[in-house]
Order: sequence, then structure tokens, then C-alpha cells
Amino acid sequence: MDPLIPVSYTINGKSVQQQVSVRTTLTDMLRHQMGLTATHAGCEQGSCGACTVVVDGLMVRSCLIFAIQLDGARIETSEGFADDQLMDELRRNFADRNALQCGFCTGGMLVAAHDLLSRTPHPERAEIREKISGNFCRCTGYEAIVDAISKTAQALPLEDSGK
Amino acid sequence: MSTTSGKAQRHSQFVGQDKPRRNAIRHAHGRGRFVDDIAFGNLAHLAFLRSPYAHAEILEIDTEAARALPGVVDVFTGPDLVDICTPWVGKLDHFSGLRTPEQYPLAMERARWNGEPVVAVVAESRAIAEDALDLIMVEWAELPAIIGIDNSRSTNGPILHPQYDSNVAFVMNLTAGDAKAAFRDAAYIVEDTLELGRQTGLTLEPRSIVADFDPSLRKLTAYHSTQTPYQMQDVFVRHFNLSEENVRVISPDVGGSFGMKLHVYGEEMAAVAASIRLGRPVKFIADRMESFLSDIHLREHKVHARMALNSGGEILAMEVDDATGIGPFSVYPRTSAMEGNQALRLMGAPYKMPHYDGTLTVLFQNKAPTCQYRAVGHPIGVTVTEHLVDLAAKAVGLNPFEIRRRNIVTQDMYPHTTATGYILERLSHEECLAKLEALMDYPKLIAEQKEMRERGIYRGIGIAAFIEITNPGPAFYGIGGARISSQDGCVIKLEPSGKIRVSVSVTEQGQGTETIMAQVAATYLGVDLDHVDVVTGDTERTPYGGATWASRGAGIGGATVMKAALAMKENILEIAGVILQGEADDFDLVDGQIVDRSNQQVRMSLAEIGRIAYFRPDTLPQDYHPQLSVSRHFVPQGTPFDFTNGVQASYLEVDVETGIVKLLNHWVVEDCGIILNQQLVDEQIRGGVVHGLGGVLFEECLYSENGQMMSATMADYLAPLASEMPDIQIDHVCTPTEMTPLGAKGVGEAGTAAAGAVVLNAVNDALRPLGGTLRTTPLTPERILKALGKI
Ligand code: FES
Ligand code: FES
Repeated sequence: MDPLIPVSYTINGKSVQQQVSVRTTLTDMLRHQMGLTATHAGCEQGSCGACTVVVDGLMVRSCLIFAIQLDGARIETSEGFADDQLMDELRRNFADRNALQCGFCTGGMLVAAHDLLSRTPHPERAEIREKISGNFCRCTGYEAIVDAISKTAQALPLEDSGK
Repeated sequence: MSTTSGKAQRHSQFVGQDKPRRNAIRHAHGRGRFVDDIAFGNLAHLAFLRSPYAHAEILEIDTEAARALPGVVDVFTGPDLVDICTPWVGKLDHFSGLRTPEQYPLAMERARWNGEPVVAVVAESRAIAEDALDLIMVEWAELPAIIGIDNSRSTNGPILHPQYDSNVAFVMNLTAGDAKAAFRDAAYIVEDTLELGRQTGLTLEPRSIVADFDPSLRKLTAYHSTQTPYQMQDVFVRHFNLSEENVRVISPDVGGSFGMKLHVYGEEMAAVAASIRLGRPVKFIADRMESFLSDIHLREHKVHARMALNSGGEILAMEVDDATGIGPFSVYPRTSAMEGNQALRLMGAPYKMPHYDGTLTVLFQNKAPTCQYRAVGHPIGVTVTEHLVDLAAKAVGLNPFEIRRRNIVTQDMYPHTTATGYILERLSHEECLAKLEALMDYPKLIAEQKEMRERGIYRGIGIAAFIEITNPGPAFYGIGGARISSQDGCVIKLEPSGKIRVSVSVTEQGQGTETIMAQVAATYLGVDLDHVDVVTGDTERTPYGGATWASRGAGIGGATVMKAALAMKENILEIAGVILQGEADDFDLVDGQIVDRSNQQVRMSLAEIGRIAYFRPDTLPQDYHPQLSVSRHFVPQGTPFDFTNGVQASYLEVDVETGIVKLLNHWVVEDCGIILNQQLVDEQIRGGVVHGLGGVLFEECLYSENGQMMSATMADYLAPLASEMPDIQIDHVCTPTEMTPLGAKGVGEAGTAAAGAVVLNAVNDALRPLGGTLRTTPLTPERILKALGKI
């Protein structure tokens, strides 16, 4: 059995201590050790985006990072984003517009959408399509997702702060 | 939406209620609960050693070192399971002559495709199980691999199953009228050979199961990502010799299925076997490579087809020779003959065509097994037919709309039986075609195309008509001897608070089944949608039924819930009559309130009925027993299927230097009868279209000559991403079916049925001035450049 190494993170705003093996991915640590199962494993090869989370402000694929690499990092998962108005709006619009069917891509898709609108509050449709092209969805055909993101963007106050 | 029957009006209460799905809210908040999300105590993990060869004899397996690895709990091979699990055979009686050998959870003396599971390791973690796989030594003797369709069909090549005289699993002939004479007398004959590439399902959630066997009662609980929990309950009962009441299958959230998750797979059977051996829960979650190697594949067809027309451009006949490669086995329990069977029967189906001569040859190969998947057979039938219709239009000198208008089955012809034997109750091809022409503004596109061509930009327009098989009836599987239910059941319970709980046997994989069932229940009961909760996907908590496949959920499940809701309402009004000292008929249930039928005056709430009936029956007359839950079942009646129809179009641009196709627009006009929830219907169509677009443009399971799968990662197997997909314009025509009380038909296959065909036609339209024709899908840049003679 693999030896375990202690690490600490801030996950969704709370400080957390975990014991991880050298080969535990961030996805597996979040899902199986923390029970944060909104981060999904769709390919574990960096292709599908279902495992997308935010580490120290940058969007990353948690399946491509080992948990042990991130000692001291701030991690935000799809369950997080507490008191985040943008994420609240995205969630509401995803549900209203049926921008998800089975829901397996949704955790990663919401993180990608949040990242996009934080950086580019008023993207064109084509830009939305481009920016979520790292996230595979087998069910929706994407149009409803683009609509939901676009609607969220329209409701945002007009300022391109983070660009 | 236009309406061809007054029936639609009756249902207006739930049409257009675009309330968000409850499970969508849940998923948007990260509260999905898929098999791999559920925590278990004492869980063991399963991993498989898979055949590195397409075809090989297994001479010896040495598992000693693997067993010795700390953390390994169990190691077993195929022969180790013969006492626990009986083999299965993917045959059905109505495909007479279909042959396929017995199958076991793990390969026995031979492995027959690259990726077939051979040895199972159970360990305390998946990582340890995978470590142990590296310690297993297998001695193989590689055998010649049968890969291509021609390779399999060849009469002097190797034979895959030595007990058979050829690689042919099944042959079917389908004839109507006198096709030979029609071809003799034809004014025009067009013909071509099309090859459709093998695809796979690629659900984002891979196949998943946790099997939990309690040896004290011989009770199995399987948490299984499946569309068909009742079918799997039956499979586990029969093949593991368990008692039906002791087998419970729970399908929590299912992360996409599309038909891929209703077949019997060796790995899931091995997981159950492992749990029985160990008496503890055992988990198997396929990783992505395992999914590519062992999920069912689909639609590898090579079709030679001819079409005969008279001088007026009327289609007289088709001759079709369809050969399909299904891998080494016909998949259990639905068989791998069904896809070809439906493809053959969907040929020419939108058209009046009187004569037909079709042959299907189903062939064994050393590749992953193929089986039913979204729009079973439709893309093949539609692509072949519509490609020939376009060739015919060119030969006759008609535009693509005109040739279709001359040939589609018209309103005066219903009920109509196609040359291939499908009975059509009533469809709306004329209306759909007219709507499409207006919707896409065809004349404007033609003008634009012409102008672009002059500038060296090659744009194409493709259209395709289709029919879609939905609401399968009892004559589908049951008649062939499969224990797959065609009926569904529903229990409705009045909660003490006046809320409604519906448990129903149709299942949810993201289509919105639960929401639609809630809408039907709310409408026919007369309560608020928010007061209805729906339970699905658990054989212990819901009535037995067919579940969700072949676009049967809304049509058949909806009719089931409607029947139960009407019965529950009758009971409620009876109770109201007793409490209010009137007759049941004096009252109605509207918005959750009991009202006087005569003047709609509110008399009492449903909550009050619940309170009295459950907690104060002492205030009711002696020996009165309020019936507070009901159950109803529904068996589809009439024709074997309720067909839907529609027409699609694509507008695209081909970059003739790079061979890259850019999709500019896509239109669908579709008729699924009564629409229960427009947003959900439209999103089914869009998702289905994108499945079809993936198949025609990108997706292909590539195998090397010796049978190695070459596209077993998402970097190699290309599937549609948002940036490559167009917005999809949708419109509807509504022809309700009279076969169910609800009037709704299915819609899950419609998008996929014709999306590939319209893109093939559009690409060929774009290339027409340059003289290239594409006949092999997916339409990769390489194939396009080859067709253009550029490489
Ligand atoms: S699971 Fe990480 S990208 Fe697919
Ligand atoms: S909703 Fe199923 S993968 Fe996106």
C-alpha cells in the first residue's frame, strides 16, 4: 500500500488537512477523500473538462495534477463559489434553460463558464463556444449551454474589469 | 406550432410549462449522485486484464504474483466463474437463423477482441488492483484477426468461430412488389456504395456498477448506471441463480446512456460475481480507455444501394445490400441484428416507393461488439436513401425539394404501409417539408451559394426526410423471447400534506423523464407541478416496467402516469364526496383544491383531505376506507410502433484547400405528436442532431489491420465540441397518435436520424462544381481532399 503524506489546502474557503499518496490525483482526493463529488472524472486524460476546478485563481483540470503538488493551494470546486453572484446566476440559468441533461459535464462546465465571464463579462456567442470547447458534453449539443452563459452575461453590469 | 387535431388543446395545461427540471437544479448545484459518488463501507475495487490481441488463444494464466500483492483480495478468470454465472446468448426467436456463441463474463479459452476482459483483480483500491494486473502473466497464441467487412465476408479467409462454416451471423431478405421489373422499366437508375464508420457511445459518465451481495439472505443490491433496471434485475436473477425478490437494482443519476447502457457487459457481470464470491460490495467504474475498448460500438455498415425512378422522377424501387460488422458476438439480450434490421426497414420509408429488395448480412469480426444505440439503424437507412435521392434529383433534373415533394407519402394515403413493412398511422411529411423550405429560406440560400461559388467559396445545402421509430409495443422484444417488458407501471400516492408522490418504471438519464411525468400527473390530477415528486430507477421502489429506451419514456410512460393520475383523482373526489356529504361527481380537483363542479367554488384543500383521511378517519362513516394510493399499468396497443417524422437541412462551407467543413446552419422540422414540454423536446432534438453531426464529421473507432484499436482516447476519437457546432433552428408540426390516450410520441432519435445524411448531402452539394463525391463517413478532411483529387 502506498505511503501517505500530509498536505493542507484551502478548499472552498475552508482549511483542510489531508493524507495523500504520491499518485493520488486532485480529482480523486476531492471526490473520494473529501466527498466533493461535483468534480467528475470523465476521461482522466485531460480531454473532457468534467474535472475542472480553480487552483489559486487559475482554471485547471484536476485529473492532471497530483494532490501532493498543491500543498498550501486555494482550491475552488464546483460546489464552492459561496456568495458568488455570478455563479448563482449561472446555476439558475443553466437549470432554467435546460443547459444540462445528465449533469455529468455540468460541474466542470459551470467552472469554465464562471472563468469565462469573470475575464470577459460580455462575450460574443462564438467566443462562448470557443471558450467552453475544453469541456465535452455528450447530451446537450451545447446550444442551451451557450444560451445560459449568454443570458447570464446580459444580466451582468457592463464592465470589462478582469480582461 | 400548428395543430392537425383538436386533441392538443386538451393538454394545454402542461404544454409550455417551462419550469426547470428539479434534477437540473440539483446538478447545477453540484448535487448529482452518480454511482461513483456514493460512499460504501468495506468497498473493494475491480480492474481487468484485457486482451492485448484482437484474436488469440489463452494458453496459460499465472496469477500467483498478483494474488500475493498486499491489498489484493481476489483474482479470477473466466473458468473460475462457471459455477456462479451461467452463460448468455444474444439471440431472439424472431431473428430466425441468427447464430452466436455462448458468452461468459470473462474470455474462456480464446480472446476475440482487443480489450476483451480476461482476468479480474479485486483489491482494496483501484490503484492496487491495477498494480496487480501488471503482475499477471498470460501466455497467448495470436490468431489471425478478422477486421474489415470484406475481410469477414470473404469465403476463403479465416473463420472467427470454428464451430460455424463462415463469419455470417445472420442474413435477412426483405422484398416487396417486383423490384427487378421496376429496375427493368426505370427511366433513371442511380446507385452507389456507402461506407459508414464505426462509432461508440462515449457517455461522459462511463459504465459504472457497485454490486453488494449479502450472503446471509443471498440478496443482491446493484447500484448500476443503466437505463433498464428491471431488465438487469432479471438478468442477475437468471444468470446468478438468485431469487427475484432478493435482487434490487438501483439506477441513481445516470450520466448519459443513449442505448449504450442497456446491454449486458462481462465486466458488470464479473462485478456481481466478485461480490458473490467475497460477500462485500465491489465497484467497477470503466476508465475512458476501457470504455472505448469495451462499450458497445455501432453502425459499421457497407451498403450498396440502387434506386429506380420513372421519367417523372417518382421512386419505383430500391435494391439494398447492407453488410454490417458486429464484432465477435451478438450482444445480449437485444441482439446485434436489430440495427441492421431497422436500417434495412428504414430505407425509402418516407416515400411512396412500391418495390423493394433488401438484403442484410450481419458479420462477425475481431473488434468490440456492436449493438443498439441512439437512433438504431436510422442514420444508415436515412443516409443511404437520401444520398440516392440527391443523385436521382441530379439525374432527373429536379431540385432537392421538388423530388422529395413528388415522392413523400401524402395525407390521403394514411394509414400507410411502407414497402419494408412498417405501418404508419399518420405522418406529416408534406407539412414538414413546406415548413422547412420557408424556415430556411431556400431561394435565398441558393442565391447566396451561387454568389459565393463565383468567389471560390464552396457552400452546400443538404436536406433529408426521415421517419423515426418510437413507442415500441409488445411485438418488439417479447415476441422474440426476450424478458424485456413492453408495459409500464405507475403508483401514485397522496401524502398526508396533500402532496403527490409518483413512482414510475420509466427512467431518467437527463431527458427530463421525471419532469414530464410530473407534468402529466399534475395535469390529470389537477394539482400544482411543484406539489408532485417523481421516483424512478429503483426496482424495489417502483413498479416493474420497460424503463427508457427506443423513445418510449414520454409516450408509454406518460400514458401510464396519466392512467394512474385519473384513477387517483377519482379516489380523491370520492373521499371529498364523503367528507362534504355529496357525490364524487359534484366535485372537481383544480390547482390542489376541491371545488364545486358547478361553480368552481373552493370547498377544501387537498391537504385537508390528506389530514382527515390519514389522521381523522374516525370522523368518516363506519367501514369507509379511503384509497390513498393507486397503481396502474399501461400496455401500448395498436401498431407495433408509433412513428414520427420530420425533415432536416444543413448549410455548410467546405474549405477546399484544407478539407475542413464549417457548419453554418442546421434546421429541423419535426412531428412527435403532442408536445409535453417544448424545451425538453427541443433539447432532445438538438442533442440528437449533435450526435449525428459527430458521427458524420468526426467520430470513428479506428482499428489497425491486426485489430488494435487506434482511437481509444478522447484525443484520438474526435467528438463534437461547442466551437464546431452550429445553432440549430427547430420547428414543429403536431400529429397526435391515437394509439395512446396521451397522443405523445417519442423524440429521442429524431435529431440523430437525419443529421448525418443532411451533412453528407450538403458536402456533396458543395463539391458538385469540382466533381468530387464523398461516400465514406466520417467526412474527414483527408477523405474530402481525396475526393477532390488533392491528395
Ligand atoms: S477527467 Fe480531467 S479532463 Fe477529463
Ligand atoms: S449534460 Fe450529459 S454530458 Fe453534458
